[in-house]
Amino acid sequence: MGLALHTTNTDGQDSRPPIAVAAPIVVKFASQRRPIWGKLASLGMGLLRKVVPPLVTVAILLLIWQLLCEKPGASLPPPSTVWAQAQDLILHPFFDYGSQDIGLGWRVLVSLERVAFGFGLAAIAGVLLGALIGQSDWAMRGLDPVFQILRTVPPLAWLPIALAAFRDSRPSAIFVIFITSIWPIIINTAVGIRNIPQDYRNVAAVLRLNHFEFFWRIMLPSAAPYIFTGLRIGIGLAWLAIVAAEMLTGGVGIGFFIWDAWNSSRIPDIIVALAYIGIVGFVLDRLVSALGTLAARGTPAN
Amino acid sequence: MASLKRNFLKIDHVDKVFSQRGTASEVLKDINLTVDEGEFVAIIGHSGCGKSTLLNLVAGLTKVSSGVILLEDQEVNTPGPDRAVVFQNHSLLPWLTVFDNVNLAVDKVFGKTKSKKERRDWTLHNLDLVQMGHAKDKRPSEISGGMKQRVGIARALAMQPKVLLLDEPFGALDALTRAHLQDSLMQIHVNLGNTVIMITHDVDEAVLLSDRIVMMTNGPSAHIGDVLDIALPRPRKRLELASHPAYLAAREAVLKFLYERNRFVEAA
Repeated sequence: MGLALHTTNTDGQDSRPPIAVAAPIVVKFASQRRPIWGKLASLGMGLLRKVVPPLVTVAILLLIWQLLCEKPGASLPPPSTVWAQAQDLILHPFFDYGSQDIGLGWRVLVSLERVAFGFGLAAIAGVLLGALIGQSDWAMRGLDPVFQILRTVPPLAWLPIALAAFRDSRPSAIFVIFITSIWPIIINTAVGIRNIPQDYRNVAAVLRLNHFEFFWRIMLPSAAPYIFTGLRIGIGLAWLAIVAAEMLTGGVGIGFFIWDAWNSSRIPDIIVALAYIGIVGFVLDRLVSALGTLAARGTPAN
Repeated sequence: MASLKRNFLKIDHVDKVFSQRGTASEVLKDINLTVDEGEFVAIIGHSGCGKSTLLNLVAGLTKVSSGVILLEDQEVNTPGPDRAVVFQNHSLLPWLTVFDNVNLAVDKVFGKTKSKKERRDWTLHNLDLVQMGHAKDKRPSEISGGMKQRVGIARALAMQPKVLLLDEPFGALDALTRAHLQDSLMQIHVNLGNTVIMITHDVDEAVLLSDRIVMMTNGPSAHIGDVLDIALPRPRKRLELASHPAYLAAREAVLKFLYERNRFVEAA
């Protein structure tokens, strides 16, 4: 086809007189101070509105707990005792006095490393398997019933099998994380890929995108909201499983710390560890959720 | 422009049967149509008559049940960028910017023949062609329906297709925006000389834009009822045509076909 292309002339578009540009800037400078302070104030108010209510709730809960456990003969220590006996654990997460006498921050990091391995593998395998199931009716028919049964097996039930297979506690713990967190990732990815609009598939067909390009350019971004929902559920389950797995496999992680503290009757230490686990789990959840928002930019929520 | 090929696209005795759970329904029956290079053909008919199916057959998105479609004597049976489609609902990828949406197509089609800079320039050139260069960094959700359709046209044009297939491209737009886009499309067609097949249910649009109007009978087993040549000189001006006798005659002929000879039964 012969193309007689008409180039549009874009020259001279930016040749506005400089004075016209300079004038509004001067005006802006004068009027900009107030909005900044106003913005800061409203930002501070927003923060206040978000931070104060949870703080009040925590204070009330601590107070009730203190009142309930204060009497002599109470089976659990009150907050004041926890503070007195486990102060070093609360204030210094990263002390290191030798092999088993280390701060909870270190222990959490060890557990997180295991989660990172197990969850990372689960994310990769889960998205790929989910894509397969979402794309192919035969893969769906063959694999879905198996997955539906396997996903109901509790994490700890996998542990003995894993120990038998790997003959080592570290890969076993990672396997438990993997097998616990993979199911929601697979299922959500498959749903996301089934929901890719036919229009996008038509575009891909007209452009003759190959399988890899289709996966990377169309499938992943289009299914991103679903995939990240799966990842978010998955990371939550992974964090649940690691603590239980470490209780049984030992080592340095936060789960083993709790078991160890129980065996030496250091109840305040357990309570502090629980707080650590809760906060880390919360942060993980928010992290994946934020990543999801970032990845799904521009995709309509469907 | 070099001599234009006759019978550039040939639709030869094409039937389309959809079978679903044992029951077969014949949508298109014995469709015969040839389109010359550089020709603008509009296909008009009531909704449900299978005109979109016909376009999908030419695009290769659906396979013919019997018969054959030839483009430059090559059989068409898979989709490809030589038959770029502008879809009714724009079908831009919402996670890509306007530029990236067009550039995705350009990279795919010209990845081996043009340098990165050339491809970039080609994308920008096509966006300028539809007056969308200014919005290249916006996402589809940030621009209006008419603008999205312009980008969809730019994406299709950028593939340098042998045939440009338009599936009711302006159906979802308001009348004023539609008129703007029709003018733009006419301008582009005059400049580039594309071969265009356009599905529409708008009589004025068909008469204004096309060289020939293909009128489809109602389904099932829809076929081509009549073909009308529009001998109006180009470039065409909307306002001047409004009272042009040939324009009015063509308009009347299409309306008569649609509302006398092939009344839409379900709409009664």
